[in-house]
Amino acid sequence: MADRKIRILLAKPGLDGHDRGARVLARTFRDAGFEVIYTGCHQTPEQIVGAAIQEDVDMVGLSCLSGAHRYLFPAVAQQLQEQGAADITVVGGGIIPEQDMQPLYDAGLKALFTPGATLDSIVDWINENIKPRV
Amino acid sequence: MEELGKRAMAGDIRAASRLIRNIEDDIPETNMAIRHIFPHTGKAHVVGITGSPGAGKSTITDQLIFTMRQREKTVGVLAVDPTSPFTGGALLGDRIRMLRHAEDKGVFVRSLATRGAMGGLSKAVGDGIHVLDVMGKDIILVETVGVGQQEVDIINHAHTVIVVLVPGMGDEVQAIKAGLMEIADIFVINKADRDGARKLYKETLNMLNSGHFPNGWRPPILMLESSLEPHSFAESVEKLCDKIDEHYKHLVENRQLQERAIRKVITEMNDALRSAILEPVLNELAATGEFDSMVKKLVEKETDPYTLAEEVSRKYMSK
Repeated sequence: MADRKIRILLAKPGLDGHDRGARVLARTFRDAGFEVIYTGCHQTPEQIVGAAIQEDVDMVGLSCLSGAHRYLFPAVAQQLQEQGAADITVVGGGIIPEQDMQPLYDAGLKALFTPGATLDSIVDWINENIKPRV
Repeated sequence: MEELGKRAMAGDIRAASRLIRNIEDDIPETNMAIRHIFPHTGKAHVVGITGSPGAGKSTITDQLIFTMRQREKTVGVLAVDPTSPFTGGALLGDRIRMLRHAEDKGVFVRSLATRGAMGGLSKAVGDGIHVLDVMGKDIILVETVGVGQQEVDIINHAHTVIVVLVPGMGDEVQAIKAGLMEIADIFVINKADRDGARKLYKETLNMLNSGHFPNGWRPPILMLESSLEPHSFAESVEKLCDKIDEHYKHLVENRQLQERAIRKVITEMNDALRSAILEPVLNELAATGEFDSMVKKLVEKETDPYTLAEEVSRKYMSK
């Protein structure tokens, strides 16, 4: 029987090797019934976008704790757009100062999760906002 | 939907990945696209890579991609990881090992979840191979889930099966048991720098020495040392690549490619019949609540599964 499942790519762009948070999320998403493609650390935006397209995901989740989110997150959103894949939602998480948020939303990020965001709140956001693309 | 098949054949990555998604999600109209591409399939060399969890399948796959690209072949990869029996979710992590190819246009990697399939693959693997095939990939690598002894469905889809073994998995009787140890066209002993590798080599060799090979191909055993020694690892995988080519040549020269193709179409026909005949019945039984009431009858021991199945078959099979 037809069964559309939510597929999510989780990636850590840039030179940040602290992936505990991303791994906890990968596990959480698995338990929420999503299919998670976890691609690990040290990736370029090009690699992430290539993987997202080949995997036909509904959402890309980016985790960055190094402070480079202002460059890396928009780069992913922009390249998705350039490759005709603007329908893939991009969200981000990490230590993101208040003043950085609006520029990231303007760049196409749909949600940002900062320290203190509960796992349930992230799963709820996905269930409400991500519909598997038909 | 037929359009998607056309675009995938023209090399459109988004169309191809969408088509594989539709196959996975069992979207009924996908049959149209498969109908369109099926006549054009059968060109690629399909290589299966199987073995226990953590044996090194993804690391070997990554290095195989590298070596095959150096030999100017295009590569498609289907990497299968397990679906949770409880939540239906999955963590697909094979790609972590293959990141360096993410920007190479000659490589297409797709992760698949088993979604309840028990044979070490996903139901989407058969048609997924067709999609990569019509995209023009020369080699298709299919990495199974980490398997035990019995998950051998890969033989129905691959021309060449690589079984990856690691030292320390049991006594010498394990090597002569049925199942996984029978399906290899090539044995790889990975992590061969570890204790027990020589012993495993000898056991595998003994197993082969007491066997016979009616097809004229005796599976070679290759030792791969730690991937942490990049140079020697790369050299060993070069040799593995040579063996893969050699095996394909053997299949072609001895007209055995046909036998493998027959195995694949029989599997596909069985699957297609099941989804055309059995699944609609099961869906209707579930939708009408009949299935639940049958379960209840069985729990109460009012009847048995065979009687119920006969009743259902009388109702649906008009012939």
